[in-house]
Amino acid sequence: MLVNQFLFLGAALFAIGVYGVLARRNAVAVLMSIEIILNSVNINFLAFNAMHNQGNASHADGAVFALFVITVAAAEVGVGLALVLMLYRTRKSIDVDKIDALKG
Amino acid sequence: MHPMLLAASEAATGSAPAWTVTLMQWAFLIPLIMTGTFLFHLLLSKKLMKVAGEKAVSAVGILAITVCFFMSLGIGYGWIARTNAPPVHETPEYVAAEAACFGPSNAERSGAHHASEGVNAEGAGHGEETTAGKGTDGHGADKPKSSSTSDHGGTPEPGGTSEHGAESGSMELAGGTVLLSGDEPAVGAATGGAKEEHHSVVPVCTSITWFEIGTHTYEAGTIVDGLSVMMLITVTLISMLVHWYSTAYLKDDVRFVHYYAFLSLFSAAMLFYVLSNNTLQMLVGWELVGVCSFALIGHWWEEKKNTDAALKAFLTNRVGDVGLILGVIVLFFGAGGSSFNVFHINEYAGSSGANTSLLFVGSLLLFFGVTSKSGQFPLHTWLPDAMAGPTPVSALIHAATMVVAGVYLVARMYPTFFVGMDIGNGGNWAPVGNYVAIIGAITALVGASLAFVQHDLKKVLAYSTVSQLGFMVMALGVGAWTAGVFHLFTHAMFKACLFLGAGSVSHACHHTFDMREMGGLEKHMPITKRTFMLCSWALAGVPIMSGFWSKDEILAGAQQGQNGKPYYAILAIGLVVGGMTASYMTRAYHLTFKGEYRGHAHPHESPKVMTVPLVILTFLAFIAVFFNIPKFFTDIFTGTFGPSVTEKVAVRFEHFVEPTWVFVEGIDHPKFNLIVAGVSLLFAAAGWQIMKRYLTTGIATGATAKPGVARFGYRLLENKYYLDKIYEQGVRDSVRGPMARASYWFNMRVIDGIVNAFGIGARKFGDLTYKYVDQKGIDGAINGTGAVSSEGGQFLRTLFGTGKVQQYGAWLFGGAVVFAGMIVVFVK
Repeated sequence: MLVNQFLFLGAALFAIGVYGVLARRNAVAVLMSIEIILNSVNINFLAFNAMHNQGNASHADGAVFALFVITVAAAEVGVGLALVLMLYRTRKSIDVDKIDALKG
Repeated sequence: MHPMLLAASEAATGSAPAWTVTLMQWAFLIPLIMTGTFLFHLLLSKKLMKVAGEKAVSAVGILAITVCFFMSLGIGYGWIARTNAPPVHETPEYVAAEAACFGPSNAERSGAHHASEGVNAEGAGHGEETTAGKGTDGHGADKPKSSSTSDHGGTPEPGGTSEHGAESGSMELAGGTVLLSGDEPAVGAATGGAKEEHHSVVPVCTSITWFEIGTHTYEAGTIVDGLSVMMLITVTLISMLVHWYSTAYLKDDVRFVHYYAFLSLFSAAMLFYVLSNNTLQMLVGWELVGVCSFALIGHWWEEKKNTDAALKAFLTNRVGDVGLILGVIVLFFGAGGSSFNVFHINEYAGSSGANTSLLFVGSLLLFFGVTSKSGQFPLHTWLPDAMAGPTPVSALIHAATMVVAGVYLVARMYPTFFVGMDIGNGGNWAPVGNYVAIIGAITALVGASLAFVQHDLKKVLAYSTVSQLGFMVMALGVGAWTAGVFHLFTHAMFKACLFLGAGSVSHACHHTFDMREMGGLEKHMPITKRTFMLCSWALAGVPIMSGFWSKDEILAGAQQGQNGKPYYAILAIGLVVGGMTASYMTRAYHLTFKGEYRGHAHPHESPKVMTVPLVILTFLAFIAVFFNIPKFFTDIFTGTFGPSVTEKVAVRFEHFVEPTWVFVEGIDHPKFNLIVAGVSLLFAAAGWQIMKRYLTTGIATGATAKPGVARFGYRLLENKYYLDKIYEQGVRDSVRGPMARASYWFNMRVIDGIVNAFGIGARKFGDLTYKYVDQKGIDGAINGTGAVSSEGGQFLRTLFGTGKVQQYGAWLFGGAVVFAGMIVVFVK
C-alpha cells in the first residue's frame, strides 16, 4: 500500500494551514488554520500507522496519537477562542496585525 | 659482624632487660620533663613562691632533675646490659634498631653503605668474595666477610672473653685505611691485624618526622648510645647537685624563681642537645643553652658588669655559631643533601669515596662553633667574664656541661673530624698536628698561663676550665677519643666541685672572690678545704685522683698518635701545661686556705646543703679512677687478684662509652706508658714545688706582681694577651668608626639608591600600565564587548522584535524549513 497520496494530502493541508496562519489577519481564521495544520499531522499519523501495522487492527498507536491530538486541539481552540474574545472586548478588534503590544 | 664477636654475644646470657630498652626509647622524656618544669616555673612559681616560699619552688626543680637523674641511671644500666649482650646481627631486633637509627631512607642507604664496604674490601685484596658482597641484599656483605676471616686464619681465640681483645695480634692497620665499622668490624680482621676489638653495639634510636620538603623527610629524634648516656648522667648529676646547692647559695635572692626556671630550661636544652640525632636539632639545643647561659650570666643585671658579661658571652658565641651553621650546611650537602642525621654524615665521612677537602672545610667550620662554645683559643675571652653569674651556674654551665657541648660535638661527629682533619695520619699539618689539636694545645697553654695572674678565685678556675677544655679538644685532635671524653667526664666532676667550693668560700667571706681578702680559711671551713684540696689534686694530676688518669691518657694519646704517627709537639705542650696546672692550683689553694685571714668578714663553714654536694663530687672525682684504669694496671691486678676483680672494679669506660656503631674503624687506643706518666708527674711535682717555694718565701699576697723577672710577661698576662683589646679596638672600634660610616654611606647611596630606583621605576611603570594597558587596553576591550552587544541587540530588535505574531510565525516556519532542509541535505 502506498502512503504517498496521504502524505501529499497531509503536506498540502499543512501548507494551507501555514499560509492561513501567516497570511490571515482575522485571529479566528488563524486559529482555524492551526486546526488545519493539526489535522494534517493527524493524517500523517494515521497513514504511517496503517503502513506499519498492515491489517493488524490491534496495533493502533498512530490512531491513538491522532485522538490525543484532537483532544488537545479542542482544548487549544477553547483557550484560543477565549483569548480572542477577551481581545475583542478590550480592543474592539481581532486583527492580529494590531496586536503588537509585546514587541521588544 | 665478626664471627668471634658473634660467638661472644651468643655466649652472653640474656640481653638488656626490657624495661631499660623502653626507657632508652623514651629518653626524650628527660628533656621534656625539664621543659615542663621550666614552664611550671614560668607560669606558676611566682604564686607558689607567695604561698609556700622558696623551698617549694626549689623542691619542684630538684624533684624534676632527680627524676631525670634516676632515669639516666636506668638508661645507663640498660646501656651496660646492651653492650654486654648487643643485638645479634641480622636478628629482627638488630634490623629494627638499625632502621631506627638510619631513618626513613634506610634501605637504600644501607645498600649503598654495604656496596662501599664491598669496594673497600676489594681494595684490600678480597675481590673474589666481594662480588657476592655487592648483592642487592642489604646484609649480603656479611657472609663473605666471615668466610674471609676464616680463610686468613686471623680469627682470634673463640669465646666470650675477647671483647677488648687480642692485643697480642699486630696493631698495624695496613695503609692506615680509615673505615667505618657500620655493623661489621671485619675490615680490621680482613687486613690481618687483630685490632682491639669492640662490640658493634647498635644505639637505641627513636625519631619522628620533623618536617617534609618535597620527597625529603627530615626527622627529629634521639640517639641513646654510650656517649649520650655518659653525657646524660653527667649533666643530670651535676645539675641535680647544683639545684640542691643553689637553695642555700641563692637564699632570698631577688629573682629566685627566674633562676630556677632558667636552670630547668638549661638542663632541658643540654639534655635535648646530647640526645639529638641530627645536626639541625643539635643546633637548636646549642642555641638554647646559649640563651640560658646569657640569662643566667646576667642574673644580677642591675650591675652593668654582669650584663656586659652576658652580652659578651652571647655575642662571642654568635661569632662561632656562624661557622657552625655553615658547617652544618656543608656537611648536609656532603652527606648527599637529603639528611642532617649524624649517622648519615659520619657514614659518608667514613666511606671510601668521601671528599676529604669537603670534610676538611665542614669540620673546620663546625670547629669554629666549638671554638666559641668550648672557649677555644681566639674566642675564649667570654668564658672568664661569664663568671659574673651566680657561682652554681658557673659550676654547671661554664665548667661541667655547656662548655663541653663543643667537645661533645667533635666527639659525636668524630668520623667527620677524623677524616677531615686527617687525624689518623698525624694531621693535615703534620708533623705539628692538625687544626683541632693545635688549637686545643694553644688553648690549654693560654688558659693555664692566664690563670697565674688572677686575683679572683673564680677566674682562676675559669681560666683553668679554658685550659682543660683545650686539653679535651687536643685529645680529640690527636685521635685519643676515649681520653678526651673521659677527661670531659672527670673534669665535670672535679671542676664542678672546685666551683662549688669557691662558692662556698665566697659564701663564708661575705660574697667576695678576691683571694687577696682570703687566706687561712682552712681553720674555718674544714670540709670545703678538704674537698677543694682533693679536687685540686685531681686537676693538678695527683695519681690517686681521676684527673691524673684522664690527663695521662691524653698525653699517651699524643705520644702514640694514630697509626704510629705521634704528635710530639702537642705532647710537649701538654706536659708543660700539666706542670703549670699544678702550679696555679697550688697558688690558688695557698692564697685561699693557707696563711692568715686577710679579709674583714667572719668566715664560717657553709651549711650542709652546700657541703654535701662537694663531698659527693669529690667522691665521684675519686672513684672515676676506676672507670678507666689502663689495661696496663688491670693486667697487674688480674695477676694478683684474678680476673673477676678487675672485671668488676675496672669498668671499662672506653668499652661502654665509645660509639662503635658507625664510628672510625680501627682507631688506636693509647696504651699506658710509664715514661709519659712519670714525666708528666715530674712536671706536675715541679710546678707544685716551684709555686710552693715561691709563695712561702714571704712574698705572700699578690706575690706574682712583685719580682721584676718578667715585668713584660706579667703585663701581657694581666692584659690577657691583649686579646680583649684587639677585639675592642681592632674589631669593635673599627666596626663602630670607619666601617660603620662606610657602611652608612654605602647604605644611603648605593643600597638606598638601588632600592629607590626600583621604587621609582616601579611607580613609573605602574602609571604607564594604568594609563595604557589597564584603561585603554583592558577596559576598552571590556567596554567594547558591551557596546557591540548592545548595538547588535538594538539592531536585532528592530529586525525581529516587531510584536507582529505572524512575522514571528513566519520566522518560525522559515527556520523550520531551513532546519528541515539541512537535515535532508546532511543526514540523508
